[in-house]
Amino acid sequence: MQMGFLNKRSAGSCFLFAALVLTLFVLADSGTAYAIPAFARKYGLPCSACHEAWPKLNSFGQTFKDNGYQLMNDRDAPIWQNPSYWPVAMRITPHWHYESAGRQSVDNPADPAGPQIEKTINTSGFDLTGIDILTGGTLAKNISFLLVPSIDPGDGTVGFESANVRFDNIHGSPWLNVKFGKFELDGPLSEKRMMSFSNVGGAYLFFHFLPAVTDTNDFTFGENQLGVEWMGHSLNDHTRFAISMVSSTNGNLGLVGGRSYDGHIHISQGFMAGKLGLQRVGAYFASGLRPTFFLQSAGADLPGTGQGNRSFYRAGAYGSLYLGRFDVTGVFQRASDNVFLANGVPANDAGSLPAGAQGVLWNTGTFEAHYTYSPKLFFLVRYELARITRQPVAGLSPSDLGNADVITVGYRYYPFMHSRAGLAWHQEFATELTRHTSGSGLDQRTSSYFMGLDFAF
Amino acid sequence: MQAIHKTIFLSMLLLGLGLGVGVAQNAGASSGYPTSKNDFTHSEQRGHGLYLRYCVGCHGDLGDGEGENAPYIDPKPRNFALAIFRCRSTPTGTLPTDQDLEDSVERGLVNSNMPSWRPTMPYDRKDLVAYIKTFSPRWKTEKPGTPIEIPAEPEVTPERVKAGETLFQKLECWKCHGVEGRGNGPSADTLTDDQNRPIKAFNFHDGTRFKCGSTDRDLYKIFMTGLDGSPMPSFVDNVKPDEAWDLVFYLRTLQPMKTKAKMIAKQLGLRPINPAGASAQPPANPENK
Repeated sequence: MQMGFLNKRSAGSCFLFAALVLTLFVLADSGTAYAIPAFARKYGLPCSACHEAWPKLNSFGQTFKDNGYQLMNDRDAPIWQNPSYWPVAMRITPHWHYESAGRQSVDNPADPAGPQIEKTINTSGFDLTGIDILTGGTLAKNISFLLVPSIDPGDGTVGFESANVRFDNIHGSPWLNVKFGKFELDGPLSEKRMMSFSNVGGAYLFFHFLPAVTDTNDFTFGENQLGVEWMGHSLNDHTRFAISMVSSTNGNLGLVGGRSYDGHIHISQGFMAGKLGLQRVGAYFASGLRPTFFLQSAGADLPGTGQGNRSFYRAGAYGSLYLGRFDVTGVFQRASDNVFLANGVPANDAGSLPAGAQGVLWNTGTFEAHYTYSPKLFFLVRYELARITRQPVAGLSPSDLGNADVITVGYRYYPFMHSRAGLAWHQEFATELTRHTSGSGLDQRTSSYFMGLDFAF
Repeated sequence: MQAIHKTIFLSMLLLGLGLGVGVAQNAGASSGYPTSKNDFTHSEQRGHGLYLRYCVGCHGDLGDGEGENAPYIDPKPRNFALAIFRCRSTPTGTLPTDQDLEDSVERGLVNSNMPSWRPTMPYDRKDLVAYIKTFSPRWKTEKPGTPIEIPAEPEVTPERVKAGETLFQKLECWKCHGVEGRGNGPSADTLTDDQNRPIKAFNFHDGTRFKCGSTDRDLYKIFMTGLDGSPMPSFVDNVKPDEAWDLVFYLRTLQPMKTKAKMIAKQLGLRPINPAGASAQPPANPENK
């Protein structure tokens, strides 16, 4: 056992050494770099024109996106493109990752029939992320689209992360843009353009956190939703707003859930602060209903018949501050789920609620800092925390059950970004601590280490 | 287990620090690529980084308009090494002011691939212009011209619109721009820029913006300073300042926008000019050419 551990550590050290050598090699070879993904190819601009370091948008890229993937320079309509132009890019990240999940309940190998024991499970190996096929652009001047089929590398199934059409600058006004289809809700941070990938650090806690395993609310801010959005912005994009109405299916197709709609509003204002750069503050609010039970046939739920809707909301405020090449975003979010959602009890069976059942409330905080040394070298540090202020059952002990803290650190290095392609060497470490969530009531720590090659062409 | 965690974390930390120290040897420019100092001023050095971030794909490393995307772009990107700029407030043949160049970067150039860079910071555009000026020695030996004086815009009257129409005919604007201002005059097909590349005359019916702006003052500046590097000359020697406004008002009647000049033209029943002595009438519809 000890021997195996030593071998594993030795192998890990060798791999890290190899990674260090590779990184220094590509660093030594660094020269002037360009990047031309699908949109950049259309306009002949380097990737870095729109991205501080891809995929993170800079203010020019955000304006381009808000204009409906248009530069507004009379070359936006497809008629201006060479007929051979095909607005497609692909992105995938082959990688090596190490996962550690603490205090997992497992059968005791020495006594399989006996009580379970807790064990930290470690594993590592080479892997692939999903393949994103990114197609987008304009169908005509001021009519834009985005279609993102995503292929699961495991079973080959194809899903549609995004599929929408947007009518831009209606009546010549940047305040009137209407998007229809499946899209990412306009939020303070984009999970689709995240700069972290690992199992722990590759999702925002404030988008996904739920306070209890019994909570049946499937609303996830970070998942693309199906609906319609009215978005507006000032000419310089300093003032932005988005109002959305989406189906209460959390982006799933087929209307298999409830029959209500979720609403979302996001307003932000940017302002210049001398040579520090563009600062931004904003606020958002999302609310909706989720069914707590379904009509049944022969004991099975009938899709699309969700009933006993109960409410939830997510409300937040944030600020993005730039200090030259350093930027930090802080997001505070207050969230609530109705008592029936939180306890996973049908609304027509209130008697099944545990004694002291109550709606849950929790707060999350996100602090994400970046240091963009150049479009070719980007550093990330993120700290997120979730604190439950009202547990689903009054008097639940310990009171901090389920609270979570996540730290993510990483960097991306882009050794070259030649025309029509980009490549990034990505290294990241993320660790999460959740309070009293193991079977024995102890804290659980989950960690990920990720390094790989992120490429798009 | 703890040992592995520590190994991984420390490796990451060391790697990050090593990278940071390694690249920090090279002076950086915020929001741009790190660049060596050479003889650059701070502004030029910073502008160099921004140039690599935003401009190099079209204008090229040497600023000669031969970037990797240049073959696919029409009209071609500006060659900064020549230091010849179309959009100026200064007399023809002179260098533009920094403000002229910053305005062009901010505004973008209509009917070209050059977008508006308004979302960038004003000081970024200033530094970009500082760097662009390093491509040509002209900036070291010459000073920018003195901006032309533009008199206050007078009231639009039927007389002025009619006078502008007369000037349009007298100055032979129609030879390139066509009798209706559609960019289809008899000389239109022969036009080339200063590098002998085919160039199109401006079609006033195409939109409300011009190459160098969208206001009446911008239009005034265009034909009083000329568009250097293109066949569009300066008319400062042929047109008095007050008359120039007449031409502005007439040209505004050709554009697809609601202006007082256009309403006056409608009341006057203005028709396309009929140039006496024109050897060939342009086709009515340029799309059929």
